[in-house]
Amino acid sequence: MSVDTRRAARPAPAAFRARGTAARRRRWGNPLAGLGSLVWLVIVVVPLYTLVSSSLMHQDEALSGDPLAFPTHPTLDNYNTVLHSGFFTLLGNTAIVAASTVAIVLVLSVPVAYVAVRTRSRLSSLAFRTFLLGVAIPAQAVIVPLYLLIGKMGLYDTLPAIILPTAAFAMPVAVLVLSGTMRDVSEEMYEAMALDGATPLRMLWQLAIPMSKAGISTVAIFSALQAWNGFLFPLILTQSQEKRVLTLGLFNFMSQFGVNIPAVLAAIVLSVVPIFAVYLVARRALVNGLMGVGGK
Amino acid sequence: MSHVSPYTKVRGGRRAAVGNVGRPPVGWALPGILFFAVFAIVPLAIAVYLSFCHWDGLNSPTPVGVDNWTRLFKDPEFRQAAWLSLLLTTVSWAFQTPVALLLGVWAAGRQRSRTFLSAVFFIPLLLSTTAIAMLFHALLDPNFGVIKQIGPWFGIDPNLMGSSTGALLTVAFVGGWQFMPFHTLIYQGGARQIPEVLYQAAAIDGAGMLRQFFHITLPQLRNTITTSSVLMIVGSLTYFDTVLIMTKGGPGTDTTILPYLMYRTGFQTYDLGYAAAIATALVIVATGLSLILVRFSGFGSMRSTREGM
Repeated sequence: MSVDTRRAARPAPAAFRARGTAARRRRWGNPLAGLGSLVWLVIVVVPLYTLVSSSLMHQDEALSGDPLAFPTHPTLDNYNTVLHSGFFTLLGNTAIVAASTVAIVLVLSVPVAYVAVRTRSRLSSLAFRTFLLGVAIPAQAVIVPLYLLIGKMGLYDTLPAIILPTAAFAMPVAVLVLSGTMRDVSEEMYEAMALDGATPLRMLWQLAIPMSKAGISTVAIFSALQAWNGFLFPLILTQSQEKRVLTLGLFNFMSQFGVNIPAVLAAIVLSVVPIFAVYLVARRALVNGLMGVGGK
Repeated sequence: MSHVSPYTKVRGGRRAAVGNVGRPPVGWALPGILFFAVFAIVPLAIAVYLSFCHWDGLNSPTPVGVDNWTRLFKDPEFRQAAWLSLLLTTVSWAFQTPVALLLGVWAAGRQRSRTFLSAVFFIPLLLSTTAIAMLFHALLDPNFGVIKQIGPWFGIDPNLMGSSTGALLTVAFVGGWQFMPFHTLIYQGGARQIPEVLYQAAAIDGAGMLRQFFHITLPQLRNTITTSSVLMIVGSLTYFDTVLIMTKGGPGTDTTILPYLMYRTGFQTYDLGYAAAIATALVIVATGLSLILVRFSGFGSMRSTREGM
């Protein structure tokens, strides 16, 4: 073996060998895993490619032709059909739901996380534990009582009926992420501010919040994503067409357009465009925030 | 105070004087806690109460004792749904964990292709479950979907959704397709925190790539595996949108998992008390599985997860 002969002839210093390994890892990663990641790339890309290419096809081509081929006569007709089927109402409702959810989640979660990090009372650690457990409550488990509750509150078939539970269910992850970033603000800085006579509110406003911008943007994007993609709450808690959100509208398009698969696919593409735009702008914040969820 | 915690001792001296100045009142957390309680914790309690009631959704719920629960234990549909849920969870876990683990560890490296590939891998997470279920519904259409073209290459019957095993595996696959980026990121974050020194030491000792993986990476990722698995269990127990859109619980009742059975019972036949019993059972199963997992993988892992967050 070539490696053995070389080592026998001139034993490489340990440090050099280690560096060699590191350099090799840098260039190729683990070759097997690299290959695996390429396989997964195909599994991810093929459906996405078909989604976009078929949405540009005429209906008969999509039904008879090769779905993997690029459309012979690309057309935007399907997009036109979708845009004229009440798409903008859906988009508007979804935007309202997402924006309100983010606002509620941030306004309520920031103080909870701040208290969880800064105080040592039993109550705050109990609250923190409750939110930790909250991650494991499936929305399906509470949909029947929520249906009752929202009805009793007189909110059935309104946008708040979607917004309030969605925000509540986005809170556990928000509190966890926020308290994670706030914990990184050093105690010395708080003490320095305390010596200057700063109030807790000023510390929150001028130290904790500016220092946890990364966590805050993660939480904002993540709850927007959850609200944008939510399905169960809108399905059960609203009814009328004017209150429909995108996911529900998509579900409806499926029966409305029947076998007009290209139109259905065009609707899917259109529903993703806004969130995709946000992703392109805020990718780093989102990815880094999610990476922290796994713990040490 | 007779009992002084070690924490206080460490933090004594000059700092103690400042220690409690400028700490926020606990009351600041109250609005958030109350809000969460009203829309998540209280409903959970109401669900348990409703499971002892008869309720058609129109009139007021009337308590009927343990009727729903005795019915639940005798109901073959519930038993099948519970079994299918467990099966789906197991299959999803067995499918997602190795792939996400390997992808995550790989993506934690520094190779150049990583950034681009990770960005592409992330896209499914942006699509709503609804969109993804509809997309695969179209792709797997036996008459004009991609499956008609590609299926035979891999020996897959184009009428995949028509067979009970095929339908269940498809639901598991579609869920994995969507959530893989999330779990990959979790593993990527975990792998990043493994000290590079460990690998350097192992390389000096002559350990190859495989031994490094099994003796350093895997043990170091133990807690990450627990976190990710708990999220997978809770997640796959709730693949409701996918089932509703792709299979409607079929063929027959072969993909009628617990959440779908709950939806059908509650919002299609308006037997909401019984649906609440099914929902409560769902929570019990989800929490039970999560607790077993946390126990099984070591008691401290959830705590250190918490610290990592």
